[in-house]
Amino acid sequence: MGRYVARRLLQMIPVFFGTTLLIFLMVYALPGDPVQGLFGDKGGSPQVIAALRHEYGLDQNIFVQYFNYMKGIILHADFGTQVASGRPVTDVLGDAFPVTLRLGGFAFAIEIVIGISLGVFAGLHAGRAADTAVLLITLLLISVPVFVLGFLLKWIFADELRWLEPNVNDPSNYGQLLMPAIVLATASLAYVSRLTRTSIAENMRADYVRTAIAKGLPRRRVVTVHLMRNSMIPVVTYLGTDIGALLGGAVITEGIFNIQGIGGTIYQSLVRREGTTLVGLVTILVLVYLVASLLVDLLYAVLDPRIRYA
Amino acid sequence: MPDLTKTDVGAPDDVSAGDPAPQPVAKAEKARSLWGDAWQDLRRNKIFIVSSVLILFLLTITFFPGWFTSANPAYGDLAKHYLQKPQLGKVFSPEWLGYDQQGRSVYARLVYGARTSIAVGFGTTVLVTVTGGLVGMIAGYFGGIIDSVLSRLVDVFFGIPFLLGTMVVLNSFPERTAWVVIGALGFFGWTQLARVMRGAVITTKQADYVQAAKALGAGTPRILFRHILPNTLAPVIVVATISLGVYIGAEATLSFLGLGLNGVSWGNDISDGGAQIRVAQWIMLYPSIMLTLTVLAFIMLGEAVRNALDPKTR
Repeated sequence: MGRYVARRLLQMIPVFFGTTLLIFLMVYALPGDPVQGLFGDKGGSPQVIAALRHEYGLDQNIFVQYFNYMKGIILHADFGTQVASGRPVTDVLGDAFPVTLRLGGFAFAIEIVIGISLGVFAGLHAGRAADTAVLLITLLLISVPVFVLGFLLKWIFADELRWLEPNVNDPSNYGQLLMPAIVLATASLAYVSRLTRTSIAENMRADYVRTAIAKGLPRRRVVTVHLMRNSMIPVVTYLGTDIGALLGGAVITEGIFNIQGIGGTIYQSLVRREGTTLVGLVTILVLVYLVASLLVDLLYAVLDPRIRYA
Repeated sequence: MPDLTKTDVGAPDDVSAGDPAPQPVAKAEKARSLWGDAWQDLRRNKIFIVSSVLILFLLTITFFPGWFTSANPAYGDLAKHYLQKPQLGKVFSPEWLGYDQQGRSVYARLVYGARTSIAVGFGTTVLVTVTGGLVGMIAGYFGGIIDSVLSRLVDVFFGIPFLLGTMVVLNSFPERTAWVVIGALGFFGWTQLARVMRGAVITTKQADYVQAAKALGAGTPRILFRHILPNTLAPVIVVATISLGVYIGAEATLSFLGLGLNGVSWGNDISDGGAQIRVAQWIMLYPSIMLTLTVLAFIMLGEAVRNALDPKTR
């Protein structure tokens, strides 16, 4: 096990550097210049601009910049400075990340609970009307783009029925976060329930399920202990990769519902061409994604003891 | 968001569909190929028929918008404005689905917006299938160090959230034509097909007929394109069809963020209409319905084909 984890961590290193380099190159290939942006339309004197560019290290070769940036991250956990505000990016992140984490965590919980229950329900009734209904509903949920769903729910529940607040003013209030979390979770929820359904329906025919039923175990125990544990591997795989997608999808959800989280910050820094903030945020998203996929791999062994990591 | 198309249990099942040697075919029945078999299955599948009809209809709108409306989608008449409600009785006339805040016909914009969605969807899918397919084929066939390098490259691109990556790329292009959007979506989208193709090629290259072709002295390109490629197509086509729908949704999402095509597009209209939703729901509602139906049609088609090609689900 330990050796397997070590090997996976080693494999993550080139991927981490490759991904961050790619993001770095893309961001700094943008024609805009954050230092110019500080001065507005009038522009600053060339000397001041040159001095500022030097201070932020923007006058160096792009690969040298990348090297210095990575050195800062690894040695001092320093993700750079937001040019517009002069605050360290970690500081900006410290404000935005908890908000997104709460929203994403809420969405993730909705996705797991409702998605898996729907999937198990459909899988146990495979081929019957209930199964078809779940299949059609999930198809529809996958096809509705997130922003359409966001607008529609907002209009129906906030403008017309007035049951919910249209915008999130207090991100620590889970009642206000409910609607955005549902919107964020919808597509993933549909995928989770379909994956669960396929897996359950397939394993229903397995010998061990028949044995479990034959030896007189209560149905509840057969489903939860025998069937579900064996059917969860594809679902867990999906959930692991979905963490990154949820954080990325937050850009749209946070925009619609006025949430001051990581998605909103990413969009703002993109529009303002603030490379340092953008690279810092995306680097952290990539780290989260990589760690999540490692955890998923390790979870396999817990779910299926036949999988051994030598 | 191409990783979202993984609705099946896992690649190995898909891959087995590509294997052309279904156990000794029933003796009495006429032996049909995998595709012939799938076609028989699809012809009787309601979901397949519905989605095909929808897609044919969309293609007709795309190529012949003039058949459906004579109104100019860019012509705005502020006197009509959005206070004039849709006149649902006047089918196919410019006022049928009402006007938007600039006094442009919602119906005409609906008709001409299809072109953007379909063009970006098809363009991206072709780009992604060719590049991803080639990379996957090379990685899977040659293995070893080539495979390791290419697989890490795929991991690198896969590590960046799809929407975020395309946003960053598109943000640096002030002039966003269909080609730019296709290029940006394709730049981050090819990884999924590369993975599917790689898996399919690894399974197929062990097959006896590939070994036989090799023994007969066939060259690498011949083995790859004549022997391996045809038998890896099944999973690739399924994934490509489903992701076509996903790319259409992604294009609209980018338009919504103000990073899509400049011009008539459902995403732009939905974004504009979202601001007017309290007074004039139709501006947003009709493009949303069209967009959802389009995405749905391609996803349904892909799933129907997948089920038909996979003998296990029969």
